[in-house]
Amino acid sequence: MNRFIIALAAGLGILATAPAQAQTPNTLLNVSYDISRELYAEINVAFAKQWKAKTGQDVTINQSHNGSSRQARSILEGLEADVVTFNQVTDVQVLYDRGKLIPADWAKRLPNNSSPYYSLPAFLVRAGNPKGIKDWDDLVKPGVQVIFPNPKTSGNARYTYLAAYAFAKNKYGADKADDFIKKLFANVPVFDTGGRAATTTFVERGTGDVLITFEAETSSIRDLAGKDKYEVVVPPTSVLAEFPVTVVDKYADKHGTKALATAYLEFLYSPEGQDIEAKGYNRVTDKTVMAKYKDKFPEVKLYRVEDEFGGWDKLNAEHLNPGAKLDTLFGGK
Amino acid sequence: MPRPTSERAHTEWMVTPVGAGPVTRRVVLGIVAILTLLFLIAPLALIFSSALSQGIGTFFNSLTEPGTQHAILLTVTTALIAVPINIVFGLAAAWTVTKFVFPGRTLLISLIELPYSISPIVAGVAYIFVYGSQGLFGPLIEAMGIKVMFALPAIVLASMFVTAPFVARELIPLMQVQGTDEEEAAVTLGASGFATFMRVTLPNVRWAVLYGAILCNARVMGEFGAVSVVSGNIRGQTTTLPLQIELLYQDYNVAGAFAAATVLTAVALLTIVIKVVLERISPDHAQAPARPPGH
Repeated sequence: MNRFIIALAAGLGILATAPAQAQTPNTLLNVSYDISRELYAEINVAFAKQWKAKTGQDVTINQSHNGSSRQARSILEGLEADVVTFNQVTDVQVLYDRGKLIPADWAKRLPNNSSPYYSLPAFLVRAGNPKGIKDWDDLVKPGVQVIFPNPKTSGNARYTYLAAYAFAKNKYGADKADDFIKKLFANVPVFDTGGRAATTTFVERGTGDVLITFEAETSSIRDLAGKDKYEVVVPPTSVLAEFPVTVVDKYADKHGTKALATAYLEFLYSPEGQDIEAKGYNRVTDKTVMAKYKDKFPEVKLYRVEDEFGGWDKLNAEHLNPGAKLDTLFGGK
Repeated sequence: MPRPTSERAHTEWMVTPVGAGPVTRRVVLGIVAILTLLFLIAPLALIFSSALSQGIGTFFNSLTEPGTQHAILLTVTTALIAVPINIVFGLAAAWTVTKFVFPGRTLLISLIELPYSISPIVAGVAYIFVYGSQGLFGPLIEAMGIKVMFALPAIVLASMFVTAPFVARELIPLMQVQGTDEEEAAVTLGASGFATFMRVTLPNVRWAVLYGAILCNARVMGEFGAVSVVSGNIRGQTTTLPLQIELLYQDYNVAGAFAAATVLTAVALLTIVIKVVLERISPDHAQAPARPPGH
């Protein structure tokens, strides 16, 4: 029994020291979206090297990946992220709206609406493109199986919805767009909750003729699996997906990591950071870098949320909020 | 010798209910065997064969990868904290409901068993509502400078919730059968309450405690749902072994995921072995009838 009491005391001891593991100023927690794993694995190594050269300090960057709406929720409940790197403006905005963890003008703190790189929903088809999928039109044809995650839980899929909607609106007119989306949803055999799960459905389980996800993910899968298995198709039009980043002031201040966190995000805009992002098939604004990788990025007309949907507030009210258009169209599925 | 024959016939009639002839028995046995093969043995075999698919070297490299190493360490730490606390809780709970009679006793037994029937994800979300920054006690805990959510304490709490009934459930039927006679004798002879517990009650139930602890340990190490909600999924920090397996799988690192899975599977198989051994050597457990509590 004595041994048992000692074990218990030791256990409680470990429990009590847990708060002491709190972060030192040389550690950052980057809370990110699901499919950015490989990108930040590379960014973190490069940044740590640069920071060491500049300041002589070693820095550790911890990563957490999941659906970005779920991540935002966790941060509101106390996951102490120093920085967030998300794929959806609304998921960052909620940190201000519901927790005041960041200032209202967070998007103005860094260039391009605090989005160091951008991407677009693109198509990944099986080798030889047997169903001849070239544009959004081809997705609603009978007998075509389309794979993308559930637009209610995945930011990634919400962009797919927006791209398809913008395409239909511009080609057939606003009154026909709803019908187009209904036909598109009808061609999806399974809605996974996140981007990676949808990828697994398409790649591992071999379901579907086309996977719609960010261009960065489609191209990485093709590289990983081989050009003899998949082809990337970038449609003539798509929607601009921003990847907003920000320092989470409340926690960075608490940890004393604000300077480091800011430097980390600025690194994403530096030529070295932009090079890594572009190498991972994310489009960047640095002209030299884009010229270097121009073969990776086919021409595409990108609709902006601001121009096509009147900004995020209007978009949320008309399309994405509970009971709005997406619910109506998705509910019929 | 008519008598034994008739007895044998009688026994055979007993084990062969109406309509269940040898054919039916074989068919049923065959179905069970096939289902066991499909649902249990095939997946288990696949885990080991996938883990070793890229050679034994890759297998060990996967296991020594820092993320997986940390996940194993975190899982063991969690078990080292959660299991002893559950033993104390289980002993106290079983002692209370079997040695004393008080109003609300049946309700308490039902409450102890609640985690059996509740989905682990509900437990995780409930902890967020209680201890999260925007939860019931979250602001208070934060003001005190203690970090509960998305750190080791939350992982331990979630694991403890899920496994709360494991030890108590083993003890309650046994202690009910044993009754209070021996304790009463000890007290009559002048033993203190603590001495009675240490020298009479505890030795009587030690095998059941161990049995419950082993099952509790296996469940703590394997818990996914509740821990997933409260861990924050920080790589190399708050990913337990089950979370690490999912993470590796989604990273397209199938060999790594299955290598980590073999560790959990080994724990499970070891648990079964220990369970069987305990059942053999423990007289208490063999005698304990599986009576529902309250009888």
